[in-house]
Amino acid sequence: MFEIVKRQEMAQGSVVLNEINAPLIAKKAKPGQFVILRGHEKGERIPLTMADTDPEKGTITIIYQVVGKTTALFKTLKEGDRYLDIIGPLGKPTDIEKVDGDVVCVGGGTGVAVLHPITRAFKQAGNHVIAIIGARTKDLLILEDKMKAASHELHVCTDDGSYGHHGFVTDVLKELLNSKNVKLVVAIGPVPMMKFVCNITKEHNVKTLVSLNPIMVDGTGMCGCCRVTVGGKTKFACVDGPEFDGHQVDFDELTQRLRSYLEQEKQSYELFKTKLNA
Amino acid sequence: MAKKETLPRTPMPEQKPEVRKRNFDEVPLGYTPEMAMKEASRCLQCKKPSCVEGCPVQVDIPGFIRYIKEGDFAKAIRKIWEKNSLPAICGRVCPQEMQCEGHCILGKKGQPIAIGNLERFAADYEREHGTGELPPKAPPTGKKVAIIGSGPSGLTVAGDLILKGHEVTVFEAFHKGGGVLVYGIPEFRLPKDIVAAELKNLERLGVKFVYNCVVGKTITIDELFEQGYDAVFIGVGAGLPRFLNIPGENLVGIYSANEYLTRANLMKAYLFPEYDTPIARGKNVVVIGAGNVAMDAARTAMRLGAESVKIVYRRSREEMPARKAEIHHAEEEGIEFHLLTNPIEFLGDENGKVRGMRCIKMELGEPDESGRRRPVPIEGSEFEMECDLVVIAVGASANPVLTKATEGLELNKRGYIVADPETGKTKKKGIWAGGDIVTGQATVILAAGAGRKASNSIHKYLTWGW
Repeated sequence: MFEIVKRQEMAQGSVVLNEINAPLIAKKAKPGQFVILRGHEKGERIPLTMADTDPEKGTITIIYQVVGKTTALFKTLKEGDRYLDIIGPLGKPTDIEKVDGDVVCVGGGTGVAVLHPITRAFKQAGNHVIAIIGARTKDLLILEDKMKAASHELHVCTDDGSYGHHGFVTDVLKELLNSKNVKLVVAIGPVPMMKFVCNITKEHNVKTLVSLNPIMVDGTGMCGCCRVTVGGKTKFACVDGPEFDGHQVDFDELTQRLRSYLEQEKQSYELFKTKLNA
Repeated sequence: MAKKETLPRTPMPEQKPEVRKRNFDEVPLGYTPEMAMKEASRCLQCKKPSCVEGCPVQVDIPGFIRYIKEGDFAKAIRKIWEKNSLPAICGRVCPQEMQCEGHCILGKKGQPIAIGNLERFAADYEREHGTGELPPKAPPTGKKVAIIGSGPSGLTVAGDLILKGHEVTVFEAFHKGGGVLVYGIPEFRLPKDIVAAELKNLERLGVKFVYNCVVGKTITIDELFEQGYDAVFIGVGAGLPRFLNIPGENLVGIYSANEYLTRANLMKAYLFPEYDTPIARGKNVVVIGAGNVAMDAARTAMRLGAESVKIVYRRSREEMPARKAEIHHAEEEGIEFHLLTNPIEFLGDENGKVRGMRCIKMELGEPDESGRRRPVPIEGSEFEMECDLVVIAVGASANPVLTKATEGLELNKRGYIVADPETGKTKKKGIWAGGDIVTGQATVILAAGAGRKASNSIHKYLTWGW
């Protein structure tokens, strides 16, 4: 179990796709749900929202950005290698419904990977779906073709103008909110992006779903590590989420909690890089 | 008789407090065979042993103690196994002073027999010097049992039913087996090698373990029945941490005890960066609550290098729910107790990290529904306490992941599973439940006791259909 059947590097090797043999999870998983993975006997448990599943083949797909020791170690796994542990599907699936108006799906960075199956599901549910994806620069953009196929209309943005619209996803979103009958926005990406999207959609009073990625340990509601404040109440992202009404989320608290182990993460990554180079 | 009573209780050697408070090695070091035989010789061998009445699984205590006295340690452990599949664990973590030892006649005038220490000795001796000979197994019945959760109740059911010839599979959500024994109870109280050895024994008997399987998510109970399981036992524990619901509780550096202990114990964060999981190391640590879990958290924080560790509890010393021995060990290690004190707000710095808490002094009023005197705030007594790490250890509630995904299970209003206290039978056919998910947070041995009752009932059901 948990054998990598397909591996692909994206965004100049900073992002990696793994299709993994996990039949039980593949059978059950729905868009929006996540898994927890562990790579080795002394490894930590990290949550990743699934980018795709194939119940017939019995595989799940994860797409992750290399940001620290654990993801750097995952990157060393080749096709045929195995993850030690994968637990899932966890969290609540996205509430996919037919909306009375346009659905806009906004993705930034590796958030696009998570957004893709959700975008596809909204289209399959009969919605008119407009997608906006962005990255810092052209080479870091992922899944453009897939997002094109999953939506009716795709807008691409790069911060440096190397491709598509020169600017942020929020610029395009603002235009769409003014010109179209947008009834639902789904925003998945870095916390600042989701926060800005929510600030804008709040002004237009358009419901906005965000998928949160706090630090987790067990992923089953047992530890409370992933608590987030939503509408003034504490929620556990692992069981109450990971998706929430973005207008209710305390993004500043989430940002601070995501930085809880910054020093240790750096220390661990540096040690690993030294070992890799040796 | 009189001569026996004059022999004092044999103390168990321990690591010295000033040494152990900075390491994770086990605190009590165990009896030598000589010590065990000497202690065993104090037993009066009562005809009507009240110690057995005090034991939730009715171990034949005088029986196994007699074998220890005679130096026949192999027979001693086999005597215990007749009733308890987890003696190395129970010998360490049972609240003996309220159970077997609390009922010992010797305790009326002097000190009771050290039953826990002797149980531990018998189990450790077998593990280290035994033949490894397994207890006899009944011929296969062809019946399949699924056990959900590999904590004390699940392991007890597994151990019982495998010996009765049933096929047993344990489904565990974590990547490792043992439940609270591995994620909750620290290494210095229950070495993880011992839990692993107990699991290994069950595997050798034929119990199958499926890890990384969250029943209710990865698979449902109804699907287990479709796969041909004849009976299901739910022993998933309580597993939903309680918080205080006061301002500032989500500041960085505030943990639930479950998270803090899971990081330290299951993920071995105390060995970071050799292990990848990090844990905050506080200088000024506050643990809220005064149960066994709070003591475990406080002593863990001390071992992680804290300069000061405070237990903050809203009631008084008398109401502290922890075992006396745990409180004693914590005090020896320099843990401070701030009693009749209640936090009302956590204070953070500009980075959202906890830097202190506002507390209020309490006094005891009239008894509440728990029979304990209700703590009442003293007006105007607010004060600030500095801290850079907080662990909230005020208990757990019922985790709904499994129960919500299972139709037809009756739950009480707090979300615990309704099960017959004598048999563990739930309202849904073919499903039994026991341990904390039925009773709310309790002890290892009570969970094991519930497992024993359920396994008897499951065996009857599988044999005769009722």
